[in-house]
Amino acid sequence: MCLGIPGRVVRWLEPVGVGASAEVAFGGVSKVCHMACVPDARVDDYVLVHAGVAICRIDQVEAERILNDLRALAEMADDEILG
Amino acid sequence: MRYLDEFRDPRLAADRLSRIRRTATRVWTLMEVCGGQTHSLVRHGIPEALAGCVELIHGPGCPVCVTSEALVDRAQALARQPETLLTTFGDMLRVPGTYGTLLDARRDGGNVQSVASPLDAVELAQRNPHFQVVFFAVGFETTVPASALAVLQASERRIENFSLLVAHVRVQPAMELLLQQADCRVQGLLAAGHVCTVVGYETYNSLVSAYGVPIVVTGFEPVDLLEGILACVVQLETHSARLENCYARTAKLQGNPVAQQLIASVFEPCDRAWRGLGTIPAGGWKLRAPWRSFDAERRFPQAPVGLPIVEALSHRCRASDVLVGRLAPRDCPEFGGSCRPDSPLGAPMVSSEGACAAYYHHAPSPPHRAPSQDES
Ligand code: SF4
Repeated sequence: MCLGIPGRVVRWLEPVGVGASAEVAFGGVSKVCHMACVPDARVDDYVLVHAGVAICRIDQVEAERILNDLRALAEMADDEILG
Repeated sequence: MRYLDEFRDPRLAADRLSRIRRTATRVWTLMEVCGGQTHSLVRHGIPEALAGCVELIHGPGCPVCVTSEALVDRAQALARQPETLLTTFGDMLRVPGTYGTLLDARRDGGNVQSVASPLDAVELAQRNPHFQVVFFAVGFETTVPASALAVLQASERRIENFSLLVAHVRVQPAMELLLQQADCRVQGLLAAGHVCTVVGYETYNSLVSAYGVPIVVTGFEPVDLLEGILACVVQLETHSARLENCYARTAKLQGNPVAQQLIASVFEPCDRAWRGLGTIPAGGWKLRAPWRSFDAERRFPQAPVGLPIVEALSHRCRASDVLVGRLAPRDCPEFGGSCRPDSPLGAPMVSSEGACAAYYHHAPSPPHRAPSQDES
């Protein structure tokens, strides 16, 4: 139940209200998800989906920043070992 | 998949792991709160990999496991009611209550169906107007928005044969209760990242200052988990206790205000009995007054189940100790013997978020010991 899955917004189906929905792609599989909690999500944004409902947007800038940091640190460690 | 695979990168994980090993000068005891994190940790062998520097004790964050026996029994009674369709998440079907499981109810002719979302239950209600469709609503704040939406959609579409048997729980009061236990060994907490995406994490500041423990908001993939553990260990080694966020790509300080508003428009906090932990003040969610007509407990007067009580399984199950980290799953005498996923004695062996099931599936015996058949 807490296993939220990140998916990419493919297209909005119903943009407003408690019935708001969009097609969201998870890898190769697309599903209709409820979007009332993420009214600002745009096509190609990533959202986290729980029990059929997108509960938040994924901050792609932050994700890249963290990955770059982690990769730089791992490389530094490799250099230390090799050097 | 994007935003999963990158955070499973073995090279990044190895680097985090070696940093934890280099940083820890002693064994620190940390608790991950959420059962989804427990499964990911055990699946990736992280507790074993950290032996000697971090002991992980597994928290109560398995909604299926903490749902009270009384509510499971209530669901059982509803499932056996004529012209009623009881729906819930798949894991809930095999959780034993006083009178057996919901699968037993189905075998006896009751209408029980697993659904992936409460909103699917709303659709079922619309398609089956002659049935009362009840959704047994379990879960933390991650699934509460879905239940809130289900109520609002049913109301808007005038679907009157839909209701909720509400078992929703709130995470923070349970964390606080754990920290208050006299025998609490937890020195640092990994907060459940996905709950924080909804409710935010600012309110954890009060726990950090009251109990002097570091709290680190943590994600679910191996690199996320190791990053959260590293941050916790760094704090502990430097004698600090702060609130930190290692899951910033989804969890924000204020959470998702739209989702919070949605929850608050339909639900309000209430005291809730947690299996194994007792009644936790403000430990659950209930429907607000305007939505009480969707409350299955009100709609259907409590009918006696009229079934023999199944042997008191709960006497043998040590779930209450497992849920607070007092007992490691593999140390339960029933583990893997009379308690297995196909014949569970307790909810932690059933659920995809239960700690006992995590060890059964991913690490049934400690690595340094050969599995043996005749252990008593
Ligand atoms: S192994 Fe089974 S009996 Fe033991 S605590 Fe876990 S669920 Fe209960």
